[in-house]
Amino acid sequence: MSDLSGAADPRAGFGQARSFAGPYLLSLAATAFRVVLGIFIFFLILELVTRLELVPPIYLPRASTVVRRMVELLQDPKFLSHVVATLYAWGVGLVLATLISVPIGILIGTSELAYKMTSPLIEFMRPIPSVALIPLGILLWGQGFSMKIILVAYAATWPILFNTLYGVHDIDPIAVQTARCFGLKQAAIVRRISLPSAVPFIFTGIRISAAIALIVVIGAELLASADSGIGSYILFVSSNGGQMDSVLAGAAIAGIIGALINSALGLIDRRLFGWRYLGATLS
Amino acid sequence: MSTEGIGIDRRYARAFSAIQSFAVRYGLGIALVIVWEYAARKAGSIFFPPPSEILHRAATLWLSGPPQRLFLSDSVFQDVIPSLLRLMGGWALAVLIGVPLGILIGRSRNLSDLVNPALQFLRAIPGPALIPIFIILLGTESTMRVTLIAFGSVWPILLNTIEGTRTVDPVQLDTVQAFRIPRHAQLWRIVLPAALPKIFAGMRVSLALAVILMVVSELVASTNGIGYRIQNAQIMFLLTDMWCGIVLLALIGYTLNWLFLKFEGRLLGWHRGARGRAATS
Repeated sequence: MSDLSGAADPRAGFGQARSFAGPYLLSLAATAFRVVLGIFIFFLILELVTRLELVPPIYLPRASTVVRRMVELLQDPKFLSHVVATLYAWGVGLVLATLISVPIGILIGTSELAYKMTSPLIEFMRPIPSVALIPLGILLWGQGFSMKIILVAYAATWPILFNTLYGVHDIDPIAVQTARCFGLKQAAIVRRISLPSAVPFIFTGIRISAAIALIVVIGAELLASADSGIGSYILFVSSNGGQMDSVLAGAAIAGIIGALINSALGLIDRRLFGWRYLGATLS
Repeated sequence: MSTEGIGIDRRYARAFSAIQSFAVRYGLGIALVIVWEYAARKAGSIFFPPPSEILHRAATLWLSGPPQRLFLSDSVFQDVIPSLLRLMGGWALAVLIGVPLGILIGRSRNLSDLVNPALQFLRAIPGPALIPIFIILLGTESTMRVTLIAFGSVWPILLNTIEGTRTVDPVQLDTVQAFRIPRHAQLWRIVLPAALPKIFAGMRVSLALAVILMVVSELVASTNGIGYRIQNAQIMFLLTDMWCGIVLLALIGYTLNWLFLKFEGRLLGWHRGARGRAATS
């Protein structure tokens, strides 16, 4: 593909070329420095804005107060048990969603008829917001773990399902035809060609779902006043005298956990499936 | 064999294939609804009312008004329309903030590297966790709900706009700079068109998020809206009403997505053509 076609890899001019140009460690250090500097500037801006006291500090505490509270919370075993409860529901829900949607996605994706038959149904079910199911979930399963896990699994199913479908659908037709020429059966083609080429897509789906799932768990804990989890902690401190520093500290810890999970999965994605990004345009 | 005979044959074949494609597309859905109807009647569970009952209830809830208002009932004006207005308001706000800010950040590589960690962090904060803060700062009126929707749905738009702006073809940018094209023309003619597909992808993700956040915002300290009705129905144990709300939300989500795809197809049709040509060259 020539550069003049306008379809050249847009990344070639930016990140990729730079990270290959210098020694790997140096670029890593530069990235780390930029991340730290970025976070520091962000914190500084927050601190300055909250120090202006446009709203009384009881309502909107200073950034430094929130950070202090975060450090306290992370040493508090009771809060840590809430974190564990949230992560547990998150993990189980995500695994459940993967176990449900990957086989279904492969099944639907490999058969044109099944794809056509199910797509209107999927298109109709997908936009049902998981939070709209919270009231139903409470009635059916109470306010404990089962309700959270089922809601998370529901919300996390769609991105994985769609990415699996897309990955299986998007296989190289020449590879399939070649396999047919060599006498491979349909099952073998699925196992040896469709699946391996769909794995990066499935992983992307899991990564998207991981972020959604965390938000859904905490949202469900808060809105359904569950008995444990970061969300129920936030609900508890906000309704008990409105300790806004604790509310914000809890929300910020949730945000940091989410960002960490996302970047860890991003790193794994690049490590395992980095080859995918080299030839293809980003879309 | 007369030509007329062939015409009739073709017509039959066409009708048959139309029926067949309809059956393939909607057969499974219809079959599932029938199974649900039958199973619900047989089991008699109060948690899963039969679809016919939900449909009947939905008609009395929303379509029992006077003819001069297109049969829409009071509930449509008290709950459904305010919900939709908040949804659209919050989403529009997210677009108006996310796109310009994203272009601004995306034009500078250093700036986008600097703000990236903060954006990743902010994006990962669950919207519902901020409801207590939003209530204290903005009260419990529509302002708070619209702000919550905008805050929660701005991230996909912002991040995609940054990504789209950063991945503009460097050759094109160099060319316009060599020709000393003014900056605003660069923006309108090169950067924005190139970033538009990504921006639209972000806007579509955000639209789905905005529906979720609309419901979230109405589950707390509210007096009207679809989310409020669903929660109220749960508390009062009116399960059919609750199912009506869930189905209505699915319909809203489906319709908004469909409308957006139509709009996108109209606006970005040229892009698919241009990309297709580029790929074959």
